[in-house]
Amino acid sequence: MMSRISIEQVKHVAHLARLAITDEEAEMFTKQLDAIITFAEQLNELDTENVPPTSHVLDMKNVMREDVPTPGLPREEVLKNAPDHQDGQFRVPAILE
Amino acid sequence: MSLFDHKISELHTLLQKKEISVSDLVDESFRRIGEVEDKVQAFLTLNEENARAKAKELDDKLAKEENDFGVLFGIPIGIKDNIVTKGLRTTCASKILYNFDPIYDATVMERLNEAGAITVGKLNMDEFAMGSSTENSGFQLTRNPWDLERVPGGSSGGSAAAVAAGEVPFALGSDTGGSIRQPAAFCGVVGLKPTYGRVSRFGLVAFASSLDQIGPITRTVEDNAYLLQVIAGLDPMDSTSANVEVPNYVEALTGDIKGLKIAVPKEYLGEGVAEEVRQSVLDALKVLEKLGATWEEVSLPHSKYALATYYLLASSEASANLARFDGVRYGYRADNAKNLIDMYKQTRSEGFGNEVKRRIMLGTFALSSGYYDAYYKKAQKVRTLIKQDFEKVFEKYDVIVGPTTPTPAFKIGEKTSDPLTMYANDILTIPVNLAGVPGISVPCGFVNGLPVGLQIIGKHFDESTVYRVAHAFEQATDYHKQKPAL
Repeated sequence: MMSRISIEQVKHVAHLARLAITDEEAEMFTKQLDAIITFAEQLNELDTENVPPTSHVLDMKNVMREDVPTPGLPREEVLKNAPDHQDGQFRVPAILE
Repeated sequence: MSLFDHKISELHTLLQKKEISVSDLVDESFRRIGEVEDKVQAFLTLNEENARAKAKELDDKLAKEENDFGVLFGIPIGIKDNIVTKGLRTTCASKILYNFDPIYDATVMERLNEAGAITVGKLNMDEFAMGSSTENSGFQLTRNPWDLERVPGGSSGGSAAAVAAGEVPFALGSDTGGSIRQPAAFCGVVGLKPTYGRVSRFGLVAFASSLDQIGPITRTVEDNAYLLQVIAGLDPMDSTSANVEVPNYVEALTGDIKGLKIAVPKEYLGEGVAEEVRQSVLDALKVLEKLGATWEEVSLPHSKYALATYYLLASSEASANLARFDGVRYGYRADNAKNLIDMYKQTRSEGFGNEVKRRIMLGTFALSSGYYDAYYKKAQKVRTLIKQDFEKVFEKYDVIVGPTTPTPAFKIGEKTSDPLTMYANDILTIPVNLAGVPGISVPCGFVNGLPVGLQIIGKHFDESTVYRVAHAFEQATDYHKQKPAL
């Protein structure tokens, strides 16, 4: 049987999800994801042509509130959990080579 | 006999009469933790110093003010580790948050603190609530107090195990596909997943935002109602919390279910459900009949599609929600990355466990260009059909009753090799999340010394009826009085 997802696709998806996976892991995930996706394809048994999708179970539209300014979290608190920060900013490795 | 053999309302009376102090309650919690935690391993973080200090503070208040406090005042509580607690480490049982110290409280925590409940510690879970056995914790294995070779269920396994073991009188869990009800069933305690929108999700670390709900895990239905009373209601910080009046839940516990119409879906007693579990549920239905209820078999025809629908939708939402864990603002960051993208990748690969990676990738795939309509949108449409199944049954019946899980607790390691086998555990709880309705699990029997859970499902925002039925059943049986021999 043709597989639903190839090892190249799994590596691509891992890249999109910002995950580094080894070749061994890619093989394992390909097998597992293929089984899950194959299982999920049972949904194709159902004709859903005229069925509207549900993204939210409650009948809610946009929830509005008054636009009242309130103070945000204090900067030193927000930086408290940062792995690296400098001059009141989050510090990250080089973005451009 | 432990103080925690009392219901919370009884502890409240003892406090009012000054027969016990808040410090006694907190002492009892840490005494029991000292006694059994080595075996159960339910807690990831203990909050002993603060809990004892707060107990003293509340005892002072108690000495000065008369009767001016609610039922939760001074009662120790355990909190699932995906609910943020200001100043108390919150990890989601993930290495990626191993050192995360929240700078604000979840809304449920604000409400509990206001009510005077005392946080004893943070409870183990499957990493980011993804799992059905708590074996996916990045830190430790929690064991089922009824049989230490078995899992406590998941993902709120620590919460259910801690309550069953008598370490705390009650706890908070969260339920995305069964994560409160399934461990409650496995550990012989009471667990409610409220209606979607009933309880604020602000400060609950998001797994699948359209499915997640926080709910109480307790020893009795009455305790459960008291806890929900405090945490339920609209929250301006969560736009998906519902503007629906919160009734008095304890008043609903009348014991009277005469004339109640129960639907029993044939899909919930069919293939895959163990014969002994089926028998326990049929026996429970006899008890409910004796109390004046009637039941009929019905069909929820799309039940078999719920599992696939859930894994596509929950994983898709998770892939988006977990994008925030990138090593920039909080948590773990990998060393020696060459550049930013490399840092993201190394951090996430080292920080997340395999189940989390699997679901992020499944979700990323289902949402990716070319597959979105075939998988994600298809699942959203099937979700509509599943929801309609429930709506149709609720036109004629008050509640839906069935087992919570197909089998009692399984052995540690038994289902870890194949993700699909593990997922199948949740076939009876997942449809409830997809439909957004409330569901409770109450103890309804034992199979070879292991607890079995009865699931009672209600209409949107009708927790009162769910509680009324659960309570009437509980009062007519003594399963909830059994305790594990630890």
